[in-house]
Amino acid sequence: MVDEILAGPPGEAEGPPVEPAQPRVGIHGGGFGDRIYSGVITLSALCVPALLLLIFWVITKAGWLALHTFGFGFLTSSQWDSVKQQYGAAPALYGTLVSSFVALVLATPLALGVAIFLSEFAPAWLRRPVAFLVDLLAAIPSVVYGLWGIFVLVPFLRSWVMPFLRDTLHLGATPFFSGPAYGPSMLAAGVILAIMILPYISAVSREVLMAVPRSQREAALALGATRWEMLWGAAIPFARSGIAGGVILGLGRALGETMAVTMVIGNRQEIATSLFAPGYTMASLIANQFTEATSDLNLSALMAVGFVLFVVTLLVNAGARWLVWRTSLETSI
Amino acid sequence: MPASEALARARADAADLAAQPARMEVRELNAHFGVVHAVKDVSMPIPEKRVTAVIGPSGCGKSTFLRTLNRMHETVPTARISGTVLLDGQDIYAPAVDPVSVRRHVGMVFQRPTAFPTKSVRGNVAAGLGVLRSVGERVDVDERVEEALRRAALWDEVKDRLDVSALELSGGQQQRLCIARALAMNPGVLLLDEPTASLDPLSTEKVEDLVRQLREDITVVMVTHNMEQAARVSDQTGFFLHGELVELSPTSQLFTRPGDTRTEAYITGRFG
Amino acid sequence: MRSVASRTSFRRRFVNGLMLGLTYVAAGVATLPLLFVLVYLLAKGVSAVNWSYFTSLPRPPGMGGGGAANAIVGTLVIVAGASVMGVPIGIGAGIYLAERKGAPLAVFVRFLADVLNGLPSIVMGIFAWELVVVPMGHFSALAGALALGAMMIPTVTRTTEEMVRVVPSTLREAALALGYTRWRTSLRIVLPTALAGIVTGVLVALARVAGETAPLLFTAFGNDFWSLSLNQPMNALPLQIFNYAISPYDDWHAQAFAGALVLIALVLIISLLARAATGRGFARASE
Repeated sequence: MVDEILAGPPGEAEGPPVEPAQPRVGIHGGGFGDRIYSGVITLSALCVPALLLLIFWVITKAGWLALHTFGFGFLTSSQWDSVKQQYGAAPALYGTLVSSFVALVLATPLALGVAIFLSEFAPAWLRRPVAFLVDLLAAIPSVVYGLWGIFVLVPFLRSWVMPFLRDTLHLGATPFFSGPAYGPSMLAAGVILAIMILPYISAVSREVLMAVPRSQREAALALGATRWEMLWGAAIPFARSGIAGGVILGLGRALGETMAVTMVIGNRQEIATSLFAPGYTMASLIANQFTEATSDLNLSALMAVGFVLFVVTLLVNAGARWLVWRTSLETSI
Repeated sequence: MPASEALARARADAADLAAQPARMEVRELNAHFGVVHAVKDVSMPIPEKRVTAVIGPSGCGKSTFLRTLNRMHETVPTARISGTVLLDGQDIYAPAVDPVSVRRHVGMVFQRPTAFPTKSVRGNVAAGLGVLRSVGERVDVDERVEEALRRAALWDEVKDRLDVSALELSGGQQQRLCIARALAMNPGVLLLDEPTASLDPLSTEKVEDLVRQLREDITVVMVTHNMEQAARVSDQTGFFLHGELVELSPTSQLFTRPGDTRTEAYITGRFG
Repeated sequence: MRSVASRTSFRRRFVNGLMLGLTYVAAGVATLPLLFVLVYLLAKGVSAVNWSYFTSLPRPPGMGGGGAANAIVGTLVIVAGASVMGVPIGIGAGIYLAERKGAPLAVFVRFLADVLNGLPSIVMGIFAWELVVVPMGHFSALAGALALGAMMIPTVTRTTEEMVRVVPSTLREAALALGYTRWRTSLRIVLPTALAGIVTGVLVALARVAGETAPLLFTAFGNDFWSLSLNQPMNALPLQIFNYAISPYDDWHAQAFAGALVLIALVLIISLLARAATGRGFARASE
């Protein structure tokens, strides 16, 4: 038996042997396999940073011509003229930010309400079905929301919601709710985005609320707090940065969402204060114009828009992950 | 039992143990986890075809000691080791030795049953046989499975359901299945790490009977927190405290006339 | 004293009840759009989902009939191609993250996988366009599969990691104690035990990319005819829905609704399969 052990050429030890009298040479079947296996999984893991780097490089390279030609003015100019070869992404940038902001304003309170409902108040029999339905919101493809938006949401906003906001509530006096109700509009984009990001915000918020240690909750309840006071005073402050992370994660989704927005926002290269007016987002600009790009500069300008979108969502996502990660560290202590 | 009779028996046992060749021998062994010095300067012979029990309070290093005997200790990232562990006279920590092949010869069974959930009863017992075949050993799987299950006293209970999932067996059966899985490799030494800690009394009794039978043809080292168990099944017992081997004596002697006051304190229940 | 105490407690109870009620309202409002969307699609699309929808090629507007046979097959082909690229890398990376959980590279990769997961799908589209379509000189299903495959990687990675992590370490030890090498332990014992969960992760990723349109706009592009060649433009269900939805023709609109129904059914079937797979996994893990 011992002969057999020693006959096996040296293999890879999992830990350092005490005093390696000599360098281990030769390769045993097991050790060789282990090295290949370890190499394969490490290589797979390295694919993730490599992919991100490759995307960054490819898009930067493709957008370089436009970024170089227009410089910082690319972000501030409103001209998008393929005849004069002048390209500026300001309306799309503006539209991206405003539609996402509207979406956050609409979705955040609702999503928080759902998260609190599911993590605290819901009776057991309602919890699973409601959680399932809200999760399902995230499963519906973007293009289907767009389809529904074109045929249901936009007409509904035009005939009911916009006149109601403008005339009945007299919000028409403010610049945000004035002007003719076209239908396809920044408001429509904001509403559809709100529906689409709601499940993401609510899922993360729910998770961080559930992660609040029992001791925190019980301490508050033991002081005579009602369940709401316990939530407001103990659980929500504890989960605060995680919830913020969830909201920012939703923001990241909204910034990059393409199809549904393209189908309902009206696609007009103009900055308008009124939410009733059509607009553009960076993603919808790319989706609409890419196949029709007439020149190298035009194509490069679209790539540059993609570059801006990439950088913005990258930063937003990294920030969100950092916040969620920080909460999970705090709650684990 | 009168004192003189106990003394005579202890002497006879000591002579018997001394007469057995040492299947394994541990010399000045030290084991660390990071900064924890878990096993300190332990030396111990492990006689062939006898049961060696290792007892001691929780955290005394007895499990770590056991894991150094088949180089499982080093699967933990920060583990370090020094000293010598001889198997049939050869150091298993020599640089030329492959830890994976050491484990083929020194089997191990853990505290909780570790039946592989995706494999059948047969598949579990045969799990290690593929390893043997991959190093060129010729193996008749069905024969080896039946033999191992018989040696683990499980054959009669499972022979009609060899192909059901191993998770359908009871906890006690699963533990004996794990012993059968280790026995199928034909190890010369079997390490048992508190093998009955998660079992009910009836299953515990079966495993203990099994250990007494195994003594016929292989060498067993068993960690246990249960002193009665050590007294029932083992030939020699080592008492560990704070990583040190305080005392190693024939079992009949250690429990009746311990040679160290700390051993006495422990077995009479004054701590641990 | 007594009355003061009881008044305060009434106010507090009122706030508590009000807030509780509001969360009920929020849950109700949040699920409404889903019901609206599903009911509307059913009302508009069911009549157009018939045998010919699954067997015919698209027809020009005004001719009536026609279907999405090539789009349905195209979606399946592109998604299969995406899996071939995304699943092995995702599983490999997931195993790496689970086995080296604390290593600096693992922390870094985990973070980047989450960031990659949040990248807009249109960015994946232009990436694949620049990387594949430009050098090849034409649109192709391959480019579409690349874009979707890249999107699958982070999802598959993170679920694989989680599922491998919940495999008890005692199983790993038991295999090592039997003389298994590390790679054998991982491939023969750990992965099979985590398999149900990994399958779930793959299915979730599939369901997500099957409905994606934006990455296909400039890659697979769409095609009105039969094509099974990865080297050629290929139709996909989401593309067809988009093109029909923004067209001015009523019969194309009807086809778009039918397409949306079929697409949702596809996504839901995959999601339900995923749930079923997890259920089995949990039953095993809990024993």
